[in-house]
Amino acid sequence: MTSPVIISAKPPAGAAKFASRFDRFQVGLLVVAALLTCAALAYGGFLLTVMQLAMIYAIFCIGLNFFMGYTGQASFGQNAFACVGGYGSAILTVQYGWEPLPALLASMAVSGFFALIIGYPTLRLRGHYLAMATFSLGLITYDISIQWTSVTQGYMGYAGIPPMGIGNWTVESERWKLVTLAVLVAFGFWLSLRMRDSRFGRGLRAISGSENGAAALGVRVPRFKLIAFVIAALYASAAGSLFAYTIGFISPEVYGPAMSIMTFTMLFVGGVGTIVGPIIGAVVTSLLQEVVRGSGHYQDVAYAIVLLVTLIYAPKGISALGALFRRKKEEA
Amino acid sequence: MALLKVQGLTKRFGGLAANNDISLEVPEGSLFAVIGPNGAGKTTFFNMISGFLSSTAGSIEFAGRDVTKVPQHEIAAMGLVRTFQLVQLFKGMSVAENVEVGCHLATKGGVLASLLRPSWFRKQEREVRERAHELLEFVGLDYHSDLDAELLPYGQQRLLEVARALASKPKLLLLDEPAAGLNTQETEGLAHIIQKINAQGTTVLLIEHDVALVTRIAHRIAVLDFGKKIAEGTPDEIKAHPEVIAAYLGVEEVENA
Repeated sequence: MTSPVIISAKPPAGAAKFASRFDRFQVGLLVVAALLTCAALAYGGFLLTVMQLAMIYAIFCIGLNFFMGYTGQASFGQNAFACVGGYGSAILTVQYGWEPLPALLASMAVSGFFALIIGYPTLRLRGHYLAMATFSLGLITYDISIQWTSVTQGYMGYAGIPPMGIGNWTVESERWKLVTLAVLVAFGFWLSLRMRDSRFGRGLRAISGSENGAAALGVRVPRFKLIAFVIAALYASAAGSLFAYTIGFISPEVYGPAMSIMTFTMLFVGGVGTIVGPIIGAVVTSLLQEVVRGSGHYQDVAYAIVLLVTLIYAPKGISALGALFRRKKEEA
Repeated sequence: MALLKVQGLTKRFGGLAANNDISLEVPEGSLFAVIGPNGAGKTTFFNMISGFLSSTAGSIEFAGRDVTKVPQHEIAAMGLVRTFQLVQLFKGMSVAENVEVGCHLATKGGVLASLLRPSWFRKQEREVRERAHELLEFVGLDYHSDLDAELLPYGQQRLLEVARALASKPKLLLLDEPAAGLNTQETEGLAHIIQKINAQGTTVLLIEHDVALVTRIAHRIAVLDFGKKIAEGTPDEIKAHPEVIAAYLGVEEVENA
């Protein structure tokens, strides 16, 4: 016996690249998203608003991807933290005259703290139970934002929220708003890459691969899940604040359960657990939303159809299509 | 010196005693095997030692410390690392990444370190990649390192699990039926690797169904049947033990023999 190499069936040749890798196809998708942003800047008009919202939701989804994608846990309640971010920023800037940036950061801190104390007991739940618990978290926050009128002004919402800016420099024009948001998306994406490609990120992905396996190797599963939940909440909160600064007006509906459903769709269309999935999903779904808007009340139906088709034919979303095609080609 | 000392370990599921008053000592540096027919309680025994299951009675001592009630991740951090009978690979991660996760206990740093990337962190990440490559070479999977772990054939998935457990630099490696589902040739390769791991100084506790494999490589063997330890000794003693033969072949054959 020379070497202990075990050779049973050969794995499919060259199938080496897979969905979770940052492949050329995913880079290509990012380039397309960047080009769309440039087009919006060049042509202006309505596309500008659409892309602004896409960028805001991209930030939300990058965070959500940590919890749902990398760690493999279900949350339908991240809109609660966007709500805290949005109202936090609105109240601090409008009522108390805070600068937008400190208001955004303070709301993030509050959201992170809430995520910590809510997540600690809730994350003991798994699968469907966790999905239900987080969904109710979103519903409760939505109800509070409607009922607690002395603070939130109820259905009236908050108007006159100042745009982003630091000191005397404010982002007033729609074009510059989009540029700022795009830069923030890039920054959030960069941070997410650093966290993903590290001991911490590998631990998260191990949990979604096999909780028992991860625990056996010493990954503190409950703690890692909680950190992923807090990261998702911080991104959601930032997205909520940015919505308030970009549109200048918020109401309970903005951060209602519909937000959870929409971001869920975005994440799955883009590719849950993939690197660029959150951004691509947010851009594609936002554009799609405008395309189907003409159908009025059928908008939700169109949504559902897109989600179904994606789940059936591209379960890992658009970002994984490159890997999917490659595998098909090799099998042929 | 005993690295692992189990005394009177018992686990009852309702009225059923899956493990009943099991005691054994695994000497440091040894290759120790626990065998027994299906349903003898081997995996229950393993789950208790590794902290995945609480015991009803008895005590477990590892490296001189009582770990009977110590949580699972702490036991792992002390150097007692296990594999699973049903392979628990990390789906969606590559072969190399799977082993890199194995380095978790041997490394440090959380979110903040991953964001700031100080020089010790970058150095550590490099070392993790090198170590993963070495271990894959050790089990003969290095030429598959970029492959999605799920795509490996079953026999190689088992080897990957062993490499992954080794990455955490365990003092005691618990292997739960590593040869289950392997063909003769694969079992041969695995036996070789287990011996090599042991020869490099890692104590190995092996649960196995395959008696031929165990009697060939283990230094010492304990036999479980119906949740009880019925014998312990060297491979030769075990092969000649009447109760062991009875447990494996049935009582009648022994009486007739």
